[in-house]
Amino acid sequence: MSVQKKKARAGFFIILPSLAFIGIFVYYFIFLTIRTSTSNWNSFTSLLSGEYKFVGLRNYQRLFNDPRFQTDLWNTLFFTLFFLAGCIILGIFLANIIDKKLRGSSFFQNLFLFPMAISYVVTGTVWGWIFAPGNIPTSPQGINLLLENLGWSNLQWMWYTSTQSIGKFNLALIPVIIAATWQMSGYVMAMYLAGLRAIPEEMIEAAQVDGATGTQLFWRIKFPMLRPITLSAMIVIGHMSLKIFDLIYAMTGSGPNNVTDMPAIYMFEQMFRSNRYAIASAIAIIMLIMVAAVIIPYLYSSFRGER
Amino acid sequence: MKKLVGIVLLSVLSFTMIFAQSGQVEIFSWWTGGGEEEALLATIQDFNELYPNIQVINATVAGGAGTNAKAVLKTRMLGGNPPDTFQVHAGWELTDTYVLPGLMEPLTNYLKSWGVYDKFPEGLIDIVSYQGEVYSIPLTVHRSNVVFYNKKLFNEIGLTKEPETWNEFINALEKAKAAGYTPLAMGDKNKWEAGQIAENLMVAEFGAVNYNKLFNGELSFNDKRLDNALEKMVQLMNYVNVDHAALEWQDASRLLYEDKAVFNLMGDWAEGYFKTLGWIPGEDFGWFELPGTQAVFVLISDTFGLPKNAPNRENALILLEYLASTRAQSLFNPIKGSIPARMDADPGDDPYLIQTAEDFKTLIISPSIVHGSAAPEAFVTSFNDAINNLVTTKNVKQAKQMILWAAEDVNLLTD
Repeated sequence: MSVQKKKARAGFFIILPSLAFIGIFVYYFIFLTIRTSTSNWNSFTSLLSGEYKFVGLRNYQRLFNDPRFQTDLWNTLFFTLFFLAGCIILGIFLANIIDKKLRGSSFFQNLFLFPMAISYVVTGTVWGWIFAPGNIPTSPQGINLLLENLGWSNLQWMWYTSTQSIGKFNLALIPVIIAATWQMSGYVMAMYLAGLRAIPEEMIEAAQVDGATGTQLFWRIKFPMLRPITLSAMIVIGHMSLKIFDLIYAMTGSGPNNVTDMPAIYMFEQMFRSNRYAIASAIAIIMLIMVAAVIIPYLYSSFRGER
Repeated sequence: MKKLVGIVLLSVLSFTMIFAQSGQVEIFSWWTGGGEEEALLATIQDFNELYPNIQVINATVAGGAGTNAKAVLKTRMLGGNPPDTFQVHAGWELTDTYVLPGLMEPLTNYLKSWGVYDKFPEGLIDIVSYQGEVYSIPLTVHRSNVVFYNKKLFNEIGLTKEPETWNEFINALEKAKAAGYTPLAMGDKNKWEAGQIAENLMVAEFGAVNYNKLFNGELSFNDKRLDNALEKMVQLMNYVNVDHAALEWQDASRLLYEDKAVFNLMGDWAEGYFKTLGWIPGEDFGWFELPGTQAVFVLISDTFGLPKNAPNRENALILLEYLASTRAQSLFNPIKGSIPARMDADPGDDPYLIQTAEDFKTLIISPSIVHGSAAPEAFVTSFNDAINNLVTTKNVKQAKQMILWAAEDVNLLTD
C-alpha cells in the first residue's frame, strides 16, 4: 500500500465519526421532519399513537392558504432585503472610515463590533423599549419622547405597533430592521476591514500615482476586490435573517395582526403551543428550503472555484 | 411457613413504607417570579417540615404564562422522562395534551380516599375531569372577569357607583375619556390579553350556561351572540391606550397605578401586582365584575397531575395529598395572590380575596379559553389570532370566520 493510500485511509477513519454524527443528527433528522410534515400528526394523541398516516402535501397546502403564513413570507422577504442592504452599506461605510487609520479608530472598531457579542434577546428587549411608542400624543415614550423634547412631535409614530403598510411591506418592520442592523453591521464591518487590509498597498499607490480620486479608488479598485466578502456577508446575514426568531420574539412578539411575525415564531407557536407537529414541521421544511436557496449556490460556486 | 411468608411480606411492606417516606420528589412549574416563587418556596419548606426525609426537587422554567415551561414539559413527557408532578392549568390544557394520549393517571380514587373530593366546587371538578375521572388536583384559583379601577381617578371624573350594566360601563369609559385619561388600560403584546377580554364578553353575551355548552358540543359557535360579543370588543377598542400592542399586562396595570388610566379588565393576578406596587385593596383600587358576568366566576386554576411512570410515584402521591390539604392551600394562595381551590381553606385577610373566595363557593364556574381550560391549545392559538386580527382591523365578520375555522379544526363546530 502506498503512503498516499495509507494517508487517505487514515483520514477517512478520522472523519468517519463526524460523518456518522452528521448523517444521523442532520440528514436523518431532516428526513424525519419531512416525514412528519407529510403526516396527520396535528395533536399529541395522533403523534403518540405512533401510527403514521401519509397526507401528502395537505399541511403545506393549508399553510399557503393561511393568511398569517402569507404575511410571514412577505415579512421575511422584506426583512431580509433591508437587513442585508443595511448591514452591507453600513458595514462598507464603517470599514472605510476605520481603514483610514485615524486617531482612535481601533477604539471605534471594537465599539462597532460590540453589539455582535450581545444576545439577540437583550438587543430585542432594549430596542423594544427604545421604540415603544407610549400613549401618543399625551404620554410618549422612548424615541417619541425624544422627538417631543426636540420639538418634532409631528414625527412621532407608532413604530413597531403600527399597522400601516406600503403594498405588502409592513412599516412596523422598520424598527426591527434598525435593531437587527445595529446588531450585525459591526460584524460585516469587520469582514470588510479584513478585505480592505488584504488589498496590496502597491495597487492603491499605483492608482494614486495615476491620479485616481478617492471615489474612483473605491469604486474601481477596492469595491471589485471586495466582491467575495460581499458574497460571504450576504450568505451569513441572509441565512440569519431567514430564520430570525429571538430578536423579534423579544422585541415585538408577532405584533398587532402579525405585522412583525416571522415563520420561526409561527413554527414555535404551532409546535409548542398548538401541538400541531405536522404543520410546524412543514414550516421548518419551508424555512430549510429558503435557507438552502441562499446557501447552495454559494457552496456550489466556491466548490467549483476550489477545483 | 405461612408465618414466615407473613413476616417477609410485612417487612417488605414496612420497608416500602419507610422507603416511601424518603428519597426524592420532583415538582415542575413555571413559578419563578414575584409572589408565586415565594409561595412555592414557602410551601416546599412547609412540606419538608412534615416529611424531612423527602427531598423536593424544585424544577422551574421561567417565562410568562408558562410558555417556555410547557415546551420543556412536552419534550420531557415525549422523551419518557416525566417529572413526578407538574403544574398545569385546569382542563383541556391537560386533557388534550396528556390525558387523551394516555399519559396521566386518574386521581379520583385518591381524592376520595383522602376525603377531599367534595371539598372542591362541582364546577371545578367538572373542569379537571375527563370522562368522569379527575386527572389533576387544583391548588390555586384565579378569576378573570374582574375590572379593576383607580379609586382616585374614579372619583375625580365624577363617578359615584360601580357600573352594573354594559351601558353604564360605556358611560363610565366615556367620562374617563372626556377627562383626558386612558379609559381602559390594555396590553396585548402577548395576544392572550385581548383574547381574555373577548372571552369575558362572550361569557357576558352567552351567559355562563350557554358559554359552557359551546365547549361540550351542545351549542354551535355559529351563533349571533358571538357576533355581538365581537362587536362589543370593537366598541371597547375606542377606549384603550393606543400603544396596547407594545405593552404586556403588567405595563397596562401599571398605567392605573401611575394615575394615567382608570379601568383595567384583567385576571386577578393584577390584584397581586397592585399590592406589590404598594397599593392597598379597597383603598387605592376597587373592583367589580365585568357587567353581564356578575353571576359567573370565569376561572383559571393551577393544578397538579400525576404522570404515568413518574419516577417517584409514592412520593408524588404524598406531595399531591399535601397540596390538596387545607394546610398547603391556605399557606400557598395568600402569598401568590390567588384563592384556595378548596372551599374550606382560609383565603387570608385581603378583602378582595375574601370576597372572591365567597363568590367562588356560590357562582357558576366558566372555564377560560385563553388559559387553556375550555378548549384544546390548538383552538387557543387560533382564537388569539382571531381576536388580534379583530382588534387591529375591526372586521367582525372575518374574526368570526377565523373562530369558526378554529372550532372546526378541533371538532368543536357542531353544525
